[in-house]
Amino acid sequence: MRRALLFFLAVLLVAGLVACGGTQQAETQAPEEARPFRIAVVMPSAINDMAFSQSMYEALVKLQQEMGGPDKLEFVYSENMYVVDDAAAAIRDYASQGYDLIIAHGSQYGSSLQEIAPDFPNTSFAWGTTVDTFAEQGIDNVFAYEARSEQGGYVNGVMAAMLSQSGVIGVVGPIETGDAKLYIDGFKAGVMATNPNAQVNVNYIGSFSDVALAAEAAKTHIEAGADVLTGTAQMVVGAVGVAKDHGVLWFGTQADQSSLAPDIVVANQVYDWTVALKPMVENIQNGVRGGEAYSLTLANGGLTIQYNPQFDLPAEVKDAAEATIQGIVNGDIQIPVGGE
Amino acid sequence: MGDWGHILLGVLASGIRLATPYLYAGIGETLGQRSGVLNLGVEGQMLLGAFAAFYVTYRTGNVLGGLLAAALVGLLMGLAMAFVSVNLQAEQGISGIGFYLFGLGLSDLLFQKLLGTVDSVRGVPDAVIPGLSDLPVLGELLFRHNWMVYGAYALVPLAWFVLNKTPWGLMIKAAGENPHAADSLGVSVARVRYATVTLGGVLSAIGGASLSVGLLKIFQQNMTSGLGFIAVALVYFGGWRPVGVLLGALLFSLVNALQLWVQVLGLPIPADFAVMAPYVLTIVVLVIVVQRARPPAALARPFERE
Repeated sequence: MRRALLFFLAVLLVAGLVACGGTQQAETQAPEEARPFRIAVVMPSAINDMAFSQSMYEALVKLQQEMGGPDKLEFVYSENMYVVDDAAAAIRDYASQGYDLIIAHGSQYGSSLQEIAPDFPNTSFAWGTTVDTFAEQGIDNVFAYEARSEQGGYVNGVMAAMLSQSGVIGVVGPIETGDAKLYIDGFKAGVMATNPNAQVNVNYIGSFSDVALAAEAAKTHIEAGADVLTGTAQMVVGAVGVAKDHGVLWFGTQADQSSLAPDIVVANQVYDWTVALKPMVENIQNGVRGGEAYSLTLANGGLTIQYNPQFDLPAEVKDAAEATIQGIVNGDIQIPVGGE
Repeated sequence: MGDWGHILLGVLASGIRLATPYLYAGIGETLGQRSGVLNLGVEGQMLLGAFAAFYVTYRTGNVLGGLLAAALVGLLMGLAMAFVSVNLQAEQGISGIGFYLFGLGLSDLLFQKLLGTVDSVRGVPDAVIPGLSDLPVLGELLFRHNWMVYGAYALVPLAWFVLNKTPWGLMIKAAGENPHAADSLGVSVARVRYATVTLGGVLSAIGGASLSVGLLKIFQQNMTSGLGFIAVALVYFGGWRPVGVLLGALLFSLVNALQLWVQVLGLPIPADFAVMAPYVLTIVVLVIVVQRARPPAALARPFERE
């Protein structure tokens, strides 16, 4: 009896804590007459992960400001939804609470969304990063969005090749899939186009969260002669620390990582999801509930290269980067990615 | 020295570093299990220890203060686990998972409320031992790690000595093998288990700190990512002996370090297989070599006086 009670108490305590850490109401309810647009988002990591989830959170904050504050746009989020089942439950909850748009911010949520979306035909969903809106499966209320991260990867690669003295460049990746693979393929192509003799070593560590292994992967690259590193996903903060300790240069992606190591971060590819979110909101307000796919690109401003102001970047490298961005925007540079 | 020598050196040095948190947590768990308590909350203790050490170091700039904070947090978590398993005689597996989730949730919450973003600290310095650190090969391999790495390896002979050469060790083993006999000889099983489980909590928390202020010098949510559970597995792997835990931790870490090199060298092995290698190899060795080891007879059984 005592044990059963204790177990029950433990479960309650844990559930309470998880709830505290998990879901947060960003803004209070606005008055009934001017009903705000309501967005809910489910994310795999934390809103301050310096990477994927943070980029979406910042986009929603920015969108809220642009649309005129919490009276016009209200948003809530569930973070750290790395368990797909939990994420699916959250998506379903938000849908039954009548949100206008529910964003499933992670490619792993796709099959859940495919199941849930048809049950709520009057609600719009968005799934990223992907180009699949499930239109072929007869579902019409899902938007898709993706980041063409190979574009910024290519620009970072051009700069990395010019800055590397040893000609060896290391990449710390999570799992060989999705936008991580795109970024890394683009980065490699950028290096090779600039210095065909350079060597790009890639290490996929098999995890989005193992900071210790990411750090060790960075050390391995440095042992192998790398003097410039890059990497993608939220566990790379471990690798940035190693780069800082060894005075090795770092290129970031997904969010601005300059604050982690101001002396060695050269530039970051930064995502601005508002480029995809704005047309979704407009479409929904005009009665279109899904079926469109949006991409962040250098051309539409969804991707930007942000140079770390505290890093003394040689002018010719910056010029080359700007020229590369121009080339990608006007189509002169085609980036070969997507191959296996 | 040729390329291969250089790579071998890199793999060994990486393996030695990666094994550090497993050793702290695994040795602590070994002591607890030898006295009959299975603590599955190691991961939660590590996360809270990692956060406490990082936060205090971040605010005060004092790493020793950070390590003390981690030890204190581990002590409290250990006491709580001891209370639940010894006094309340709760099912140990379930309550351990409860403590894991508690540590995961609380470290996450505190991180968000107190820090809000990933930042870095100077952390525990690397050892510079005059003479030894400059030795060719050996210097780089053995004498240039941060101090917490040495602490982890020093624990192994210490735990061996305590378990096998002291009356305390005898009491610990008696509490884990035959608590009724121990009790009839005047050994307080409750007190022994309190001591080992609390010490285990302290060591797990220090193991977490060896990540946050030792190896990585940052804190991120869920940064141990399953490491505490691997440490528990290594106790079984090591046949409940400190030296066995050391061998297991080294094997797992060396293969992990090796697979990083396999990818860097561009050997024609898919990354997915390389990443799997440490786990697969550990299971294979477990099946072939270690199957003779026997767990403490009273492991995970609450003790009740008759």
